[in-house]
Amino acid sequence: MSTYLTEETTQVTDAAVSTRLSSLDTLESEAIHIIREVVAEFEKPALLFSGGKDSVVMLHLATKAFWPGKVPFPVLHVDTGHNFPEVIDFRDRTVERLGLKLVVGSVQEFIDRGELAERADGTRNPLQTVPLLDAIQQNKFDAVFGGGRRDEDKARAKERILSLRDEFGQWDPRNQRPELWNLYNGRHTVGQHVRAFPISNWTELDIWRYIERENIELPGLYYAHERQVFARDGMWRAVGEVSQPLPHEDVITKTVRYRTVGDMSCTGAVESDAYTVADVVVEVAASTLTERGATRADDRISEAAMEDRKKDGYF
Amino acid sequence: MSTISEISPGSLTEGLPTTLFRFATAGSVDDGKSTLVGRLLHDSKAILADTLDAVARTSADRGFGGEKGGIDLALLTDGLRAEREQGITIDVAYRYFATDRRSFILADCPGHVQYTKNTVTGASTADAVVVLIDARKGVLEQTRRHLSVLQLLRVAHVIVAVNKIDLVDFSEDVFREIEADVQQVGRELGLGSDGITDLLVVPVSALDGDNVVERSERTPWYTGPALLEVLETLPAADELESHLESFRFPVQLVIRPQGALAPDAVAGGLDVEAYRDYRAYAGQITEGSVKVGDKVSVLTPGQDPRTTTVVGIDFAGSSLEEAAAPQSVAIRLAEEFDVARGDTIAAAGTVREASADLYASLCWLSPKPLREGQKVLVKHGTRTVQALVRNVGGKLDLASFKLEPASTLELNDIGNAQLRLAAPLPLENYLHHRRTGAFLVIDPLDGNTLAAGLVKDHPGDHEDERYSI
Repeated sequence: MSTYLTEETTQVTDAAVSTRLSSLDTLESEAIHIIREVVAEFEKPALLFSGGKDSVVMLHLATKAFWPGKVPFPVLHVDTGHNFPEVIDFRDRTVERLGLKLVVGSVQEFIDRGELAERADGTRNPLQTVPLLDAIQQNKFDAVFGGGRRDEDKARAKERILSLRDEFGQWDPRNQRPELWNLYNGRHTVGQHVRAFPISNWTELDIWRYIERENIELPGLYYAHERQVFARDGMWRAVGEVSQPLPHEDVITKTVRYRTVGDMSCTGAVESDAYTVADVVVEVAASTLTERGATRADDRISEAAMEDRKKDGYF
Repeated sequence: MSTISEISPGSLTEGLPTTLFRFATAGSVDDGKSTLVGRLLHDSKAILADTLDAVARTSADRGFGGEKGGIDLALLTDGLRAEREQGITIDVAYRYFATDRRSFILADCPGHVQYTKNTVTGASTADAVVVLIDARKGVLEQTRRHLSVLQLLRVAHVIVAVNKIDLVDFSEDVFREIEADVQQVGRELGLGSDGITDLLVVPVSALDGDNVVERSERTPWYTGPALLEVLETLPAADELESHLESFRFPVQLVIRPQGALAPDAVAGGLDVEAYRDYRAYAGQITEGSVKVGDKVSVLTPGQDPRTTTVVGIDFAGSSLEEAAAPQSVAIRLAEEFDVARGDTIAAAGTVREASADLYASLCWLSPKPLREGQKVLVKHGTRTVQALVRNVGGKLDLASFKLEPASTLELNDIGNAQLRLAAPLPLENYLHHRRTGAFLVIDPLDGNTLAAGLVKDHPGDHEDERYSI
């Protein structure tokens, strides 16, 4: 009965561990399996690509899944118009290098046409939902890969790997399909689409260890650099065209890096001297704050900020 | 045995890489499951300061711990707004933490509502399941139900945590009595004695942390390992499965670039001529291992198995000599067979004939009940086929583990059924093949998942009377 820790089982354990895949290899295999399933079962998938680390890892996994062939789907970027210029540059170089098609949904165009209103706080992250759904509809994408991870947020912790969205892009957390074994059910009706999250089971540290192991290039602002910043909401905000200090906010030069890369108007930097990927791995492992808590103003709005955005069709 | 420690830079970049272990928790809120999960996350330092601050504020607002103060660990696993408002957990939530030895994926399965659906879902991918029992209450009917489901799903390791041991004054007598009851239920079910599963019983106090991460001095009569030590050292399912002879590889898609080679690979020096006629079968090994030179059979529904040799195992530019479950790879074969998605590549001569008659246990997961004569879809491996529900062979009473007559299955029921498939599939007994013996039943009308299916042997050659129709 209680066979635990008999000599025999101990030996089995030791022998098995020696031939065992590392956790990163297991996560990589799982993600590649999911990416291939979606490509095989859907008519027209696309991959959300912002130039942020999670989407860069997603794209790297896709290149491995279909090697030596090209990645067989386009990438989709919802551009808030407030992006860091170096990230847009990185995005364009990556698309060029891999020979991909880039589809851009522009928040600015929706604002210019009067179909979206600028928020009082100037934050544009929550405004991405409408252009995202529009791009999905216009291009008839039936599956959209995202780099969402369950460790990011408590609403995401309940997200499925294949997540069904209705005609309005809405997520219904109370009515999700059970997900069993490695059998993913992507069936959907006309008008519905599926969000696919192949790196659901990765943590922030897994992402960084994988970036280190695979030698994956990222936008430079993920690493320590000097930048003019001012303090707001307990975060260091970059000085830029759309991110200007108020009269009482002093501008200083700090050595910082970004843990998440999003809209300049709501993404904060952290003080850091992590100049290399190895430094970042060490820093993330020792960090005492969650990446969203540390650097995202939009997730501080309420306890259920992410849950509410997801229900409305956010990433 | 390593215990939780601060992750030092050295442990991340040097030494052995950590391995992945998936486990689920089952039990009701009253058994202290949320507190146990919170304790594991808290003591393994998976909870960061900002989350902890928020929980501490809420704990204080609710007057948790009275004058002692402290934080309500159960709040750490709070999820959706509706769950917080109603004080219940609706859906399986996934949590992550790591020690020096392993990275853990925890499927936190709520116990109150739809426990069968949630337990089946969480257990389907789990290497181990921790079932909670309240030391003051002992083995309840719900415990029997949980253990029945886990036995049916053949979860390799079942760990019963006898919680709130502090509330029975750390009494060895109470623990031994519960332990004996658990083992009695185990014997009735075959759990821990079927050569597939094992069953362990650990006394814990989730609230105070006894035997959760560290062995407790307050249970000197218990000489076994703490819960986390158990989780750190049990072999994961794929460690056991990759030692099997039975290589199984459902083909997901064919990689055949025909000149559309990846520009980055070409820029990196890929020999364009050599890859012009490249053709490989992409998939994830579900079981066993394969080497270059192995004889394999290609199983295509409606055709006789075709035997050939593996000439290459590729992964993103590397050529592998061998690969094992759960690796995702691309396999090249000696012959230019017509192989497509839905076919299975298997060790030659190890798979029985494909069959259009499917005998199975079904865990019914939908509010729409199962009817005889109903048309459904069956998703098995990488193939989905139409199927007709011929008859329902009975419903399992989970408390007694006896089969009762039934002509329908409703949400959270587990029963037997016979289905007729529109095309034969290489079905294998779930008892011995956790992946190729599993399937989904899907509603063709709205695409929703209706049931989790476990393939059984055909009547006449089944080995376990309890599963007979």
